[in-house]
Amino acid sequence: MVFLQQLVNGISLGSVYSLIAIGYTMVYGIVKLINFAHGDILMIGAFCGYYAFLWAQGSASPVLAVAFAFLLAMAISALVGVIIEKTCYKPLRNAPRINALITAIGVSIVLENGARVIPFMGPNPRQVSIPEAFKGVFALGGLTISKVQVLTLATSLVLMVVLTAFVQLTRTGKAMRAVSHDMDAAQLMGISVNRIVSITFAIGAALGGAAGVLYAMNFPMINPYMGIMPGLKAFIAAVFGGIGSIPGAMIGGLVMGVAETLTKGFISSKLADAVAFGILIVILLVRPSGLLGKSAREKV
Amino acid sequence: MFKKSAVLLVILAFVVALLPACSATSNTIAIGTIMPISGPVSTYGIQSRDASQMAIDEINAAGGVLGKKLQLYVEDDEATPEKTVNAFTKLVTQHKIVALVGGLTSPCTLAIIADAQKRKVVLVTPSSTNDTVTDAGNFIFRACYNDSFQGQVMAKFAYQNLGAKTAAIIFDNTNDYSKGLKDSFTAAFTALGGTLVDTESYAKGDTDFNAQLTKIASNKPDVLFVPDYYSTVSLVAKQARTAGITVPMLGADGWDEIANNAGDEVDGCYYSNHYSPDANDQQVKDFVAAYKAKYNAEPNALAALAYDATYMIADAIKLAGSTDPDAIQAAMMKTNKKFVTGQISFNEKRNPVKSAVILELVKGDVANKPKVVYNTTVNP
Repeated sequence: MVFLQQLVNGISLGSVYSLIAIGYTMVYGIVKLINFAHGDILMIGAFCGYYAFLWAQGSASPVLAVAFAFLLAMAISALVGVIIEKTCYKPLRNAPRINALITAIGVSIVLENGARVIPFMGPNPRQVSIPEAFKGVFALGGLTISKVQVLTLATSLVLMVVLTAFVQLTRTGKAMRAVSHDMDAAQLMGISVNRIVSITFAIGAALGGAAGVLYAMNFPMINPYMGIMPGLKAFIAAVFGGIGSIPGAMIGGLVMGVAETLTKGFISSKLADAVAFGILIVILLVRPSGLLGKSAREKV
Repeated sequence: MFKKSAVLLVILAFVVALLPACSATSNTIAIGTIMPISGPVSTYGIQSRDASQMAIDEINAAGGVLGKKLQLYVEDDEATPEKTVNAFTKLVTQHKIVALVGGLTSPCTLAIIADAQKRKVVLVTPSSTNDTVTDAGNFIFRACYNDSFQGQVMAKFAYQNLGAKTAAIIFDNTNDYSKGLKDSFTAAFTALGGTLVDTESYAKGDTDFNAQLTKIASNKPDVLFVPDYYSTVSLVAKQARTAGITVPMLGADGWDEIANNAGDEVDGCYYSNHYSPDANDQQVKDFVAAYKAKYNAEPNALAALAYDATYMIADAIKLAGSTDPDAIQAAMMKTNKKFVTGQISFNEKRNPVKSAVILELVKGDVANKPKVVYNTTVNP
């Protein structure tokens, strides 16, 4: 029973990792950039959700207020994602990849420390108060699942299904896949690469923002550095699943969450992070392209 | 090329010429303080800084020390040991401080004690309770009791007052304060005859404790000891209640301010602290009233300790009759006075011998806002 309970905890944590990992993997799939600022998008989403909820809770029911928080967080995160792409990454699209990578780390530092000085964010952690409607647990036999965990799972699942449908079924989705496959050829076929790249950043950041709200509801404290660890772990999840593969990121996130929780629960809580990063090393040794990644041959 | 270096040289000369102007002038005595004014324990840092400044202002208003005014130089370390080291170097080299109030958290203070001892700066930490803090040498003092005492107090309270036979601990494996408390609680609780059913850990900055708490819940302890600072405690407490842990949680002085940073999940919990603002003592009342008048907030225990630490230093300089480090150190050893947080005299390890109070969190008048009430005092 304890094992099942830990599994539930792990899947709930893992689904948040999945949402963040999708952002990493989508951006990598299109522009071959590890967007290290993605974890900080999660932080921005969490802060937007926090203020949106505070503003809306007076005039709307808690469920509506939370829904509003999600929408606003996703919208602002998407906007921030696109702005970052246009201003920082686009000028470097044809530069060596290491330049873009260093820029991404720079953007991450700017976002974190920028958040420290912006008065309504600030360096001090803020407590998030969870509305009564979302407090409490469902008991199934000896198993307990908190309402927030259910919300996390449901929201992640819905977002992932919508994303998969979008990528597989719409024209824009088809164009994204084409750009990911071969950017130059896609451009020759009349696809506006700039537009597709922006859309990719917007979707990735929106999912990151949603993950931020979920993260803040699960672990109700927000601060400018809150995105670093989940961002790092989601990055590993993306590599584990095969960077560039969306289903891979989903599976990778779940595996990371479950592995971390089970290690804490049954081996030792001191080793949880060691196991998470150990997984990365093993994957890179055994299957460098990840679980579902395509083994791409470098064209000479 | 030559021109460029000439310009640089001139600028450099200017900077060097300006530098001494920044440090203390001859009619002030420089005291430093390093506090986490931002970051996870900022509430402590801000209040401690303010209380220290209040003490300095009071002393200066009463004529200063040795005919000179005291000047407080403040640095922020964000509760990160590396930043404490940088701040300390800056205070010593640039402002030539003769004594330091700080650091606040144990890991931060531990990072600078060796340096303070070497440079002969009298360091009085108001609130670092880790046992090893004063081991670095005779220049290191503290205004609070240490963790072996605090852990014992809580273990005794759990076993005798709450009737707990089993206990579990969840602690921060990367924090000396948390580790020290875990050790002393474990030793005292088992010595009394209690059983520790589970000890779980996490790392600084962790937010997900579900796995550890699920495990603790399955071991059904009578009490759960959470020796960490308020911001982490409130996260642990929320998740503990969701995981089905309904027993009282216990904490130490890091819980100070928890009532302003957590909701009804901490109702029925207890923690040990250095003083209670509603104690029936004239000195406490005066301090609380003055602090409220100046900063419009109720001072927490760490503020009271920083206030005491500042007075201790001023008294020692007065008694020493000079700012010679060895003379101040010798005068510090002679401290024996009633301060806000109690009667303080130092033992041979420069730890004050003083009592602890146990505070209880009860359901407040406002929903989701617990109230702190005085429970009992434990003497050493």
